Amino acid sequence: MSLIDVFLTALVALRSNFLRTLLTMLGIIIGIASVIALTAAGEGAQQGVANRIRGLGSNLMFVRPYTAQPAGGLASILPGGGPSLFYEDANAIAAAKIPGIDSMASQTVVGMSGDFIQAKLIYRSQSVTTTLVGTEPSYQNVRDFYVANGRFVSDDDVNKKALVCVLGAGIAREIFGDKDPIGEAVGIFAGPSAQFGVRFSFTVIGVMEEKGASAQGNQDNQVFVPLPSFQARVAFIRNARGYTNVAQINIKLADQKAEDSVKLAIADILRKQHNIINEDDFQIQSQSDVLSTATSVDRTLQVLLVSIAIIALVVGGIGIMNIMLVSVSERTREIGIRKAVGAKRLDILMQFVIEALVVTTIGGALGVLAGVGAIQFARYFEIGGTDTKYLVTPFWVGMGLAMSAVTGLVFGVYPAWRASRLDPIEALRRE
Amino acid sequence: MIRLRRISKLYKLGSQEVHALRGVDLEIRDGEFLAIMGPSGSGKSTLMNIVGCLDRPTDGIYQLDGINVSRLGDAQLATVRNRRLGFVFQSFNLLPRLNAIDQVAMPLAYRGVSNRKQLARAALQLVGLGSRMHHQPTQLSGGQQQRVAIARAIVGHPTIILADEPTGALDTKTSHDVMEIFRKLNEERGITIAFVTHEHDVAAYTRRIVSLRDGEIVADEPNVPVYAGQPLPPVAHPAPEAAGQAPPRSFETQA
Repeated sequence: MSLIDVFLTALVALRSNFLRTLLTMLGIIIGIASVIALTAAGEGAQQGVANRIRGLGSNLMFVRPYTAQPAGGLASILPGGGPSLFYEDANAIAAAKIPGIDSMASQTVVGMSGDFIQAKLIYRSQSVTTTLVGTEPSYQNVRDFYVANGRFVSDDDVNKKALVCVLGAGIAREIFGDKDPIGEAVGIFAGPSAQFGVRFSFTVIGVMEEKGASAQGNQDNQVFVPLPSFQARVAFIRNARGYTNVAQINIKLADQKAEDSVKLAIADILRKQHNIINEDDFQIQSQSDVLSTATSVDRTLQVLLVSIAIIALVVGGIGIMNIMLVSVSERTREIGIRKAVGAKRLDILMQFVIEALVVTTIGGALGVLAGVGAIQFARYFEIGGTDTKYLVTPFWVGMGLAMSAVTGLVFGVYPAWRASRLDPIEALRRE
Repeated sequence: MIRLRRISKLYKLGSQEVHALRGVDLEIRDGEFLAIMGPSGSGKSTLMNIVGCLDRPTDGIYQLDGINVSRLGDAQLATVRNRRLGFVFQSFNLLPRLNAIDQVAMPLAYRGVSNRKQLARAALQLVGLGSRMHHQPTQLSGGQQQRVAIARAIVGHPTIILADEPTGALDTKTSHDVMEIFRKLNEERGITIAFVTHEHDVAAYTRRIVSLRDGEIVADEPNVPVYAGQPLPPVAHPAPEAAGQAPPRSFETQA
């Protein structure tokens, strides 16, 4: 019997039991739809993280303080506690003139989300939570993040510890709306609570361009001040050696290929600076390190999602097998008749396998459509927030279709084999 | 040419053994028209199923056109059923929800013939169902269903048609219609026809009557055909040797 005939026979048989076919298919539809929807969410998340990391700038490297075991007590929650990087470290790195480094900028940070110390920008009666970044003029070039209106922090501001600030585009709009904020006096507050903390008055000198979210938080919500301006005036965010500690040294590479040699050179310098014999108290992370860490976290998530989808498919497959077994015993007489007029075992086997395959591949195709539909629904209603991206990839569409066909094959073969083994006369006798 | 040698069939029902056939010897030459008769439980259906390659004997040798059928595997047996034999059942055994043309064309699908519908139409016209081709079994009377089944049996131009009580579910008038079709197929196309019946007026159509009792042949006699209760002058029918010339089998592909 030709494949087309087998296929047509299968269609006739499935159509004659339409409701049952549909219900059987439903298991596969749900399974494949969940594969498509879950992987779209996973791929979207991965893409989103990758974009955010790229959003930090290009060819970047970050040097940060690090301990394997965080210090206990107050030191662990105060920015000045724990291991530190210092201005002197940054100066030593700059003085070494390591080949491959384009430029560098140190920064201090107060009020990263999740920190014990919160920072607020206050203007008249308004108060907005922010992240306070103290940095140098080179920051613009290093992070590829420029001022759009007014001017950025200058060397002069740094030397004078001037009380001037540059606002992120988001926070400027939030507080000033359409009004030009340049020249306005704002209050910058830092402390563990609204009642307890310090407050200084700063003059706005500029507004940054729009940047969007990055792996280090929403960059448009930051407020930039000269590196020592805030720190020099606030005792509780300094450490034992005074106000010279920095949270992060941003390094821009001239060439990505120099990444490894630059890392080694910086590590050498810092070990000398810190008199380190055993364990480093700093870490050097390149953008690609951040990217691969984030991606591996996402991989884990994706494995989880796909496992859930596979479980759904197995359940659907068992449904297929169940129905096929019922169908074989119901159609024993038909099998007998077909054998009596000359159907071989292979013909019967093919007939039932193709039937299962038709159910699962049609179910798979409908499942893909349902999955894409669910994603469109999620996009339209912004389920998971505006930041959540969903990405339907051709790979997973193909995979979904392949998985549905394989499910049909795996769970259809046994009932089909049972059907093909029936003895013609036994089959004809059964009612 | 069908040749059975010491064919026996043993059924095991729990601890009990039932001998359905006890060493049957039977020879059916090409072009013969014969009835197998006997009371129920005499083994006549079992015999017919074995001849039709639907069942296998426990012991004995069955040769069909010189082929030792008892030695054939599943696929080869299926080919024999498909190409050499046509089988007609008492309960018609049509597939539900399939129209007459598709029913009749089905055996050809397993043979890989391409102009199936055309051949199926011809077979249906031959049994007088030219106007019922697109009807499903539920839309047909018993006699019409049996004629569809006969068309299905002859569509592949087999040399032998076997039937197990083909008129058992039909009234007298329709029974005679069906027997008339068998008679024509035998006389005009030289097809060997053997069937099981317990009705004497149906058996009367044939030229040979084999009687079975308790799994053994107790009588094997020639019969003067009587058609529809009317004795007719003996028809010059092909002698066994001449009947060896099979009708043209235009779409017979390689065996």
